[in-house]
Amino acid sequence: MRVPYSWLREYCDPGMAPEQLADRLVMTGTEVERVTVAGPPQPDNFVVGKVLAAEQHPDADRLRVCTVDDGDGERTIVCGAPNVAAGQTVAVALPGARMPGGEKLRKAKLRGVASEGMILAADELEVGEDHDGILVLDEALAAGTPLAEVLPLAEPVLEIEVTPNRVDCFGVHGVAREVHAITGAPLGPDPWALEVPAEGEGTADDYASVAVEVPELCPRFTARVFTEVEIGPSPLWLQARLAAAGQRPINNVVDITNYVMLLTAQPLHAFDLDKVPSGALTVRAAAAGEKMTTLDGVERELDAETVLVCDENGPTGIAGVMGGQVSEVSATTTRVLLEVANWNGTNILRTSRLLGLRSEASSRFEKQLHPDLCLRAQEIASQLLLELCGAKLVAGTIDVAAASWAAPRQLVLRAARVKGLLGMTISQAEQTTYLERLGFGVEADGEDLKVTVPPDRHYDVTREVDLIEEVARVHGIDEHLPTTLPAVAGRVGGLSREQRLRRRAEDGLRDLGFDQVVGWSFTDPGEPGRLRIPADDPRANPVLLANPLSEEQSAMRTTVLGSLLDVAARNVARGADRLALFEAASVYLNHPPTGRNRDVEARNRPVGALAGNFQGERAAPFTEPHRYAALALGPLIPRSWRGGGEPADFFALKGVLESLARQLGAELEFAPGEQPFLHPGRSAAVSIEGAPIGWIGEIHPLVCREWDLDAAVGFEIDAAPLLGAASAGIETYEDVTTFPAVYQDLAVVIPDEVAASDVRAAVLAAGGELLRSAEVFDLYAGEQVGEGRVSLALGLEFRAPDRTLTDAEVNELREAIKQSLEKIGGTLRE
Amino acid sequence: MLERIEEIRAEAGAAIEAATSSAELEELRVRHLGRKAELTTILRGIAELPAEERGKVGGAANGARKELEALLEASAARLDASELDAKLLADRVDVTLPGAPPRPVGHAHLIARTTRQIEDVMIGLGYTVAEGPEIEHDYYNFTALNHPEGHPARMLQDTFYVQSQPEVLLRTHTSPMQIRAMETQPPPIFVIVPGKVYRRDSDATHSPMFHQIEGLAIAEGITLADLQGTLLALCRAIFGDEREVRLRPHFFPFTEPSVEVDVSCFQCGGSGELAGGERCNLCKGQGWIEILGAGMVDPNVLGFVAEHGYDAERVQGFAFGLGVERVAMLRHGVPDLRRFFDNDVRMLEQFS
Repeated sequence: MRVPYSWLREYCDPGMAPEQLADRLVMTGTEVERVTVAGPPQPDNFVVGKVLAAEQHPDADRLRVCTVDDGDGERTIVCGAPNVAAGQTVAVALPGARMPGGEKLRKAKLRGVASEGMILAADELEVGEDHDGILVLDEALAAGTPLAEVLPLAEPVLEIEVTPNRVDCFGVHGVAREVHAITGAPLGPDPWALEVPAEGEGTADDYASVAVEVPELCPRFTARVFTEVEIGPSPLWLQARLAAAGQRPINNVVDITNYVMLLTAQPLHAFDLDKVPSGALTVRAAAAGEKMTTLDGVERELDAETVLVCDENGPTGIAGVMGGQVSEVSATTTRVLLEVANWNGTNILRTSRLLGLRSEASSRFEKQLHPDLCLRAQEIASQLLLELCGAKLVAGTIDVAAASWAAPRQLVLRAARVKGLLGMTISQAEQTTYLERLGFGVEADGEDLKVTVPPDRHYDVTREVDLIEEVARVHGIDEHLPTTLPAVAGRVGGLSREQRLRRRAEDGLRDLGFDQVVGWSFTDPGEPGRLRIPADDPRANPVLLANPLSEEQSAMRTTVLGSLLDVAARNVARGADRLALFEAASVYLNHPPTGRNRDVEARNRPVGALAGNFQGERAAPFTEPHRYAALALGPLIPRSWRGGGEPADFFALKGVLESLARQLGAELEFAPGEQPFLHPGRSAAVSIEGAPIGWIGEIHPLVCREWDLDAAVGFEIDAAPLLGAASAGIETYEDVTTFPAVYQDLAVVIPDEVAASDVRAAVLAAGGELLRSAEVFDLYAGEQVGEGRVSLALGLEFRAPDRTLTDAEVNELREAIKQSLEKIGGTLRE
Repeated sequence: MLERIEEIRAEAGAAIEAATSSAELEELRVRHLGRKAELTTILRGIAELPAEERGKVGGAANGARKELEALLEASAARLDASELDAKLLADRVDVTLPGAPPRPVGHAHLIARTTRQIEDVMIGLGYTVAEGPEIEHDYYNFTALNHPEGHPARMLQDTFYVQSQPEVLLRTHTSPMQIRAMETQPPPIFVIVPGKVYRRDSDATHSPMFHQIEGLAIAEGITLADLQGTLLALCRAIFGDEREVRLRPHFFPFTEPSVEVDVSCFQCGGSGELAGGERCNLCKGQGWIEILGAGMVDPNVLGFVAEHGYDAERVQGFAFGLGVERVAMLRHGVPDLRRFFDNDVRMLEQFS
């Protein structure tokens, strides 16, 4: 909303510079984006001049050499306007004047004749559109009069971003009321408080009729009829105001409708009554698929919820959004039907979005205007039509209204509530003053106030709390609000254990050399295919968006791997030769969550206890498991003069994942397991206590090729089961000092198809509780052990918590281990 | 015989003390104390000597042997030390070569780091941390947050909806967790909600995915002044102890009164001017930087959780929503929001 300062001051003059007012407005809830200047940036060197003589330029047909009296004397100005003539009173820019846009006017020679200034056309001053000829002013003006006394030059304009609740501030008068409220400067009389004489013949009903078929979408439709209308350009002051407010002047009738809308926030529409057959208008819903051509010349297809204003031949306009071409006011118009209607805001918003058509009118109607505003706008417009178009108002207003609309709202504002909610005291007198200035009716009731809401705030101020906001912001939050902290006893902040473990896991991955990334939750629906995920895999069936920004961002990711590959590919393209990336974030699976929807325990948690899991009443629409995923390519440890630099392989990443689990105090299990996107011989399923939680492996070469990568290795695991199995932070002490441990090595030759994890499991099972650990530390395959066999070496630690183990006890366990290994085809190498 | 023993002792002793290598020493040991050595032979033959000589000869021979053994040990220790020194010196390295690279340490993403920092400040102020679904019901994202049907934010232009489920969307703010949290825990409640949010917008200052941190405090007697104090504490912890905040009235559907919150510029100290007199580019000469939106939770919102103990006449409180990227951009001079999701390792590795 552009508010020309002089227009604002006509209703409320705050007596301060526009910048100062802008600061006040900003701090009381009216966002002023900037203060700009319409027209020349400064009024200096613009004066009224008298053309004393206008002679043909000796060397140019289209130029005249004028002698102009600027009040200080005579000067020569070369002018190109066809209408310049001796005797005219004109607007003159003298050398040194700054033109709109900032350019400085200088003396110049035009075809050999020195010109000391410029005689101005309306558009050169940005006070109108006209460039056909120079601006001819009232001849009563004396030469040398500063032009700023005649025309709004250097007009400051407040550019206001109106919040959606304040539809009243989409009108200059609403802003003026706001200025009155926050500065206390007096507010002039209501501009609609007028008695406009009706001197036209007959009554409005004789000329026109209105039928409303959809009263719920059109709460009120008013119309007045004007005869003897003389169409022409608007006077300069009106053009200047519209131009400064950002509206193009068109003709006096259309300009008046725009002017009144900009003043009151209530849009209006003028029909050429002679182009409305029988003067009959009908407001109805469109038929689905019905088409009409709007004022902008575009044919539009409508739906059944769009409301149309129709004449006997069909639609003349889309209600509240845009008029049609059929009954547009033109140079030949003599009779005008002035429509001022009230529409259902939600439906206007819907329609304008559907059609992709937003107008000054629709942007006001969509915020829901009050039906009372209709007659205010009719009054002001009537007055202007009489004044500026010589029109005669026909008696009577056609007023088709839904049975009734809400009576003025009555609210109670409790003093205790004001202080209780804000934490600052505002006296009853101050509250009364602020609300009355804002147009509310106020009556004291003890300490409290009984408040009546004015129509232009009816849909905005509906509750006591809304009144509290009004008095608080006018009182001055920045100036008066104390700074305190909540005084609520017994609360304890903190992270839940799971949240602490999550931080630990992220730190752990970082300390293991991995850079954290934040990938897009979106992907394209083709990604599962590039990951070779078959169509019947749930991961190939992502949650799809109805209205994505692009195909590339139209599906929700089902793997973090895809995001990591994207990031890796971008970095490799930029020259990275080694990458270690991890992401800790969610994926989105296309099925509702299972279990854990309602955490009864959390709901019964004592007040103030630590909590992290706020499920709410309704389960999430989809399952969103939190994951840890990592991807490495190139060496984890950079190559140096000491060698190294081997690219990360399966075991490098497995070491990372095991280390992560160890930091959390959890133990992972690995078993051969394939994924469509992994090397079939170098991939494993990861599980905890037998339950699968993810995968690890070298990325399939065909998948690498899709992302233009040579090779990569990664893992992706669910966070919840990992953190659930973690013992970090809740470990129990084990005595390892009182009784010594016995350490032994053991080498076993086994068929190479037996997994090392099975060997270890057999050893641990046979060793029982006294075998505290068994870790593989060597692997040998070769002639000494024979074809198809390998030798594994394990380090064993035996310890009893309550005694020193004897050789006999250890030997017995070792014998049991030997037998257990023999059952899986192993023989001990002694 | 006794003279011979003394000769052997003196000769061997001198040789041992003069030995210059472990090998020479070993050769001397074999020669003088080995199985075939003269002294060994003498000792072996003692039993055959006449009884009156046995004592003297045996004593002298054993004494000589012990003395030689002691000398051998001493010389061995002497030679070991000097040989080790020589060996260590020969094992010299070029200390000017670069050190062996350890496994590099990775880097926390700036978003994660900033989030954690804000979390920690709020934990210190007595808040717990809640997280919730990113794909959310319209009910939690809009309806229960007092966005009327037809509210502009609900339109397809602004909000991502899930295909063929018109009531399911990508949450546009972390505020849905206000409702879930209040449904789960009766007042008093003090929670923050970090997480990803989504809006249909993409340019240098808008990303279709970004991160917010929501704050919610509801109890008896919580006031707008408490909101100001809380945000002042938060802003000072993030932007420095000299910062001030100011609350500007604004409009949000789910708070009333609503405010936008500015923090005094930490580059120019709030003056709007830099040391050289030129306009501060961070706050654009304003002295203040808009940092978040906040307000007192609207009674209509509490109405949606009234059955969970939230009676708007009895309890009240505030909520705020902070953009994590915005804080990170301001603090670290990142010019373009999209950089955070580009994940260029050359950028990631700038932030430890």
